[in-house]
Formats: sequence, C-alpha cells, structure tokens
Amino acid sequence: MTTELNKQSLQNAYLIMRRIREFEERLHVEFATGEIPGFVHLYAGEEASATGVIMHLRSEDYLASTHRGHGHCIAKGLDVRTMMAEIYGKKPGICGGKGGSMHVADLHLGMLGANGIVGGGGPLICGAALAAKVKRTDNVAVCFFGDGASNQGTILESLNLASVWRLPAIFVAENNGYAEATAARWSVATGNIADRAAAFDMPGAIVDGHDFFAVYEAAGEAIDRARAGGGPSLIEVKVNRYFGHFEGDQQTYRGVDEVKKIRETKDCLMLFRQRVTKQGLLTGEELDLIDDQVRAEIEEAVAFAKAAPKPQASDLLTDVYVAYA
Amino acid sequence: MTRKISFKQAINEAMAQEMARDESVIAMGEDNVGGKGGEGEKDAWGGVLGVTKGLYGKFGDRIMDTPISESAFIGAAVGAAACGLRPVAELMFVDFLGVCFDQIYNQAAKFRYMFGGKAVTPVVIRTMFGAGFRAAAQHSQSLYSIFTHIPGLKCVVPSTPYDAKGLLIEAIRDNDPVIFFEHKLLYGLEGEVPEESFTIPFGEANIVRDGDDVTVVAIGRMVHIALQAAEELAKEGIECEVIDPRTTSPLDEETILESVSITGRLVVVDESYPRCNVATDIAAIAAQKAFGDLKAPVYMVCAPHTPVPFSDALEDLYIPSPAKVKAAINEVVEYAK
Repeated sequence: MTTELNKQSLQNAYLIMRRIREFEERLHVEFATGEIPGFVHLYAGEEASATGVIMHLRSEDYLASTHRGHGHCIAKGLDVRTMMAEIYGKKPGICGGKGGSMHVADLHLGMLGANGIVGGGGPLICGAALAAKVKRTDNVAVCFFGDGASNQGTILESLNLASVWRLPAIFVAENNGYAEATAARWSVATGNIADRAAAFDMPGAIVDGHDFFAVYEAAGEAIDRARAGGGPSLIEVKVNRYFGHFEGDQQTYRGVDEVKKIRETKDCLMLFRQRVTKQGLLTGEELDLIDDQVRAEIEEAVAFAKAAPKPQASDLLTDVYVAYA
Repeated sequence: MTRKISFKQAINEAMAQEMARDESVIAMGEDNVGGKGGEGEKDAWGGVLGVTKGLYGKFGDRIMDTPISESAFIGAAVGAAACGLRPVAELMFVDFLGVCFDQIYNQAAKFRYMFGGKAVTPVVIRTMFGAGFRAAAQHSQSLYSIFTHIPGLKCVVPSTPYDAKGLLIEAIRDNDPVIFFEHKLLYGLEGEVPEESFTIPFGEANIVRDGDDVTVVAIGRMVHIALQAAEELAKEGIECEVIDPRTTSPLDEETILESVSITGRLVVVDESYPRCNVATDIAAIAAQKAFGDLKAPVYMVCAPHTPVPFSDALEDLYIPSPAKVKAAINEVVEYAK
C-alpha cells in the first residue's frame, strides 16, 4: 500500500498530521492561560484517522464532524489561521466568531461543520450523500462520529437510511475508548462498533487508528466503492485521545500512565516517521523540515488570533436568516 | 371565475409546479409515494392522507419514501438543503417532532448563524397538525409555537387553499428553513385558487374581515372559527376585524397593531396549549406596543392546559369554538362600552 503513495503524498500526509498535532497541542497550552473561551475538545492522538480518510476526498466531497472536530477540519483543508481566530471568538474567525470550536465549518470546502450534538452529523451526511446522488455526481459524503455517538439513534437510523437509499456515504467511527468519562468497552454492547455494519447490510472494517497506512487503505476501499455506486460502508478506527474529553478534564477515569504508554509506543506520527525513514521513502531531515514549517505556521495562527478584533455589537443580530420580513 | 380546489389539492399543485419548475426540488416522507418494496401498487398512498398522490407519476424518484426514521430523513433533508437541493420533507404529524427535533432546531435553524452567515438551508418541512380528527393526544397537537420560538426557523400556518398554495410555493423558493403547518381538518376545504403559480410573501397578514369594534387575530383553522363568531356578532351590531397572520415567524405585528389602534380591543384565537403560545406572544406585543390604544385587557381563546382528549365529547370541548370566541369578544366589548 505504501508504494501507492508517492513522495509528495507522503509528505502531505505527514504535514497534515503534524499540523493537527501542533494546532491541538498549542491549544492545550493556550487554553490553560484562560484566554480561550468555552469548551474545547482536542483531537491530538487521532491524527492518522482524519488524515488517512480525508486524503481520499476532493473539495466537492462532503464531511460532517463532531465536537472533537479540529482535525477533520484541518485535513479537509480549512485555513488554520481563521480556525484559530474562530476558537478565540474573534471576528476574522472562519465563522465570524459566532460558532467557536464546536461549530467550525466551511461549506465551500464541503465541510458541514463540527457539531455540538453527539450523533448530529449522521442524518446530515445522508442528506449530503443524497444531494451528490441526485445531482448525478460521483461525490461522496463522510460522517465522522465517536464511540459515544455510535449508541445514538441518529447514527443507527442514518446507517439504515444510507443502506436503504444506497447512498455514497462512509461512516467512520472513531473509537477513542471513552465517551466523556465512560469507557466504550462498557457502553458499546457489541464491543466493536463495526460489528453493527452487518445489521445494516453494509461492509464493516476495523482498523488501527495509530497506523496511517491502515486507515488510508481501508478508507480508500470504502470511498472507491461509494464513488462507484456500491453504497455505504462503516469503518471503525481504534484510536486514543491524548487529552481529556474537554480541556480541564483531569481524566481520573483513565489508567495510570495509560496515555504516556500510548504516546511512547503507538503515536501515529512516530510510527509514520519510523516506517517511511526505514523504507527510505522520506528522510528524517525532510520530516524535520515539515515540523519546522508547521511550528511557524501555528505560531503565526495564534499570533493572528490573539491580535484579531472581537465581533462588534452590530454582529449580534445578523446571519440568523437569509431574509426575514 | 377562478376554479375551486381543496386545501389538499392546493398543496399538491404547489409541489407539482415547483418540482416542474426547479429540478433541485425533491420531496420525501413516510409513504409520500407509498407501496415501496411491496408487490402491489407503486403509488399506493401518496401520503397518509393522499396529499402527495400523483407526484410519483410525474416526477419519479424525485419523490422518495423513507423508513419510519424521522431523525434520519428530516436530518437528511436538512443536509441535502445545505448541499444545494431544495427538499420538501414531510413530518407526518407535528406530534412526531419529539423524535427528530434536534435536526430541526439545533442543526437547520442554527447553521447560518453558527457558520457566520455562510450556510443556506432551503428546506421545507411540511407537517400536519390540529385537533378534531379524534386522533387523540399524540396525533392532534398544534405545536407551531415551539417552532416560532426558535430563531432561524420560519413558521407558516395557512388557513385557506389559496394561501396554502401561495405560501408553499414561497416556502419552497425561500432560502431559510421553513416549517409549513397543514391543519388536517382543512384538507377538504375548497376555495378559489388560480391555476398558475403564485407566491404570498411571509410576514404579511391577511385581513379576512373588516370591522371597527374588536380586532380578532386567529391562526390556522381558528380563522374559520373566528369568522363564524364574527358573522354571528355582526347581527348583534358588533363588527370584528379578523386578522390571519398566515406566518407566525416572521409575524406581521404592524397589521395587528394598526387594527388595535382603531378598535382598542384584541382577542387572539389559538388552538394550541395556553402557556407560551402564539396568543400569549401577540398579547405581549400588544401590551407593550399598543398599551395606550387598548380599552380592555387582551383576551385569549386557546385550548386548555391538557393533552388533546380522544372522546368526541371531550375533544369538542377542548377545541376553541365559535361560542367561546363570541364570549371573549363580548367580554372585551362589555369591558369598555
């Protein structure tokens, strides 16, 4: 599989994963200063999932995300400067400071938004996939959701509807082991979320979310099938989040050293680096260069966000309707 | 003379004309076609009460049956709207909002604001409402107040076949999410409706009867109840101005306040539960903006604070009647002779 990705694609994959990591780790630091308002849910640790799936998508393909949505947005190509400004509640933010971390969206890039409602994206992605089908395009729609959302009626209904309507939809369950503070091994009755695929007559796959290449391969297969009119798929990506449910979560429900061990043994960026350098596909220096580039980029994004003005009083009442008599 | 068709036919015709005019208009709902997957007739039902009957023959797969899965398909209509289609989704009875409300009020209604004005979500949700069908507590409610409460939604409650057609075409062409309420007891009502396509703008009330003594604002089927009361009172020398807001969001406050400035008396007739409904909303607006004009307290004729009962003996008592409206009008007249 590795051979199918040329040098440029490999560099791009690493760039996206590193960009997400840097964005999230920087937010973790900045949030602690008290300057960032509201709830922030970080995606660090899960980078290979967003990147491995979304690298297959075009800008016309649709994507619905979750409350832990920064990674999906970055992978879909949203601008990190205006994303950062949005999270800071600033006027030049991608949503004018009216959405915040949980509602980052860019419909021009097919990004239907992070979502504050667990399981909220499933039905929306059925609609996006329906639009792709009705308009006779070969575009697809991807719904990311977590292990928590896997138990929501909206997701189960959407799996059924996508199957019944044979929609070009891909459901990606990012099972990071915890819905807030509740372990998936307790809350998901089937153990594996992907086991539920059979109940909706669609292919299901389980992949190791620390392995970019495994995600990339499984997603490619499902997305190609959807584009060719072969209907929906369910992919369960087993991942781990490095930070709490939200920033400020002390994570006392997790095992001692649980995250430390994962970081040391399974980190997706580390595994990627090991693999591509060992196989001589990219050099350590080339990857270091990307690290430097991303660090500067995020530094600049934070500076931009901090310096940006807040929305004005006149912004309060706008953007409710297209027109209202 | 314009031909007469029923309220139900008017809705069907509005959908057919818009589907013919604009390829991006699609329709979906439980048994909107009817008969999917069975061995019998393909277009068996055309909606549970036949409102969409015949559209399948004209437009094929652009009208779709759905599983009984309101969250998924109402949400799909919302998502499809955000991705360039103009879906008309049918929530069979508004009482079923409980199983899909999130997709309407947290998703559709908020996209535009949350996304900084970048989203356009031209979805129409048609839904049946109202008591009098002996359909009991979970199939008879008048829940437009709940939708009126939510910023980002528009809320339409037509009372005549003419309005139903013009407002539905407007709703389909509108670029915001619109909830379109159809009173099940009005489906058979006949009225003059032009064959050609036409629109009625939102936020423009219809003065259905002129009068100088009392302003009566009524919603949906209650317009006809109010008119009946007004005709009877006219024989007693009391002239009511009956106003049908037609849309509860946006609401044409101006027409109501202008009328109250002449009559000085206001009665609002609303079939919904009496707390936090459209009647209390209009009463509050009048209390604040027409206080100086009012000669009497605002009276509200609503359903009682109970679920809708099943037995006809109880349901007939439940629904605001012409007699109750007359009594309220008499009270405000008596209050300031």
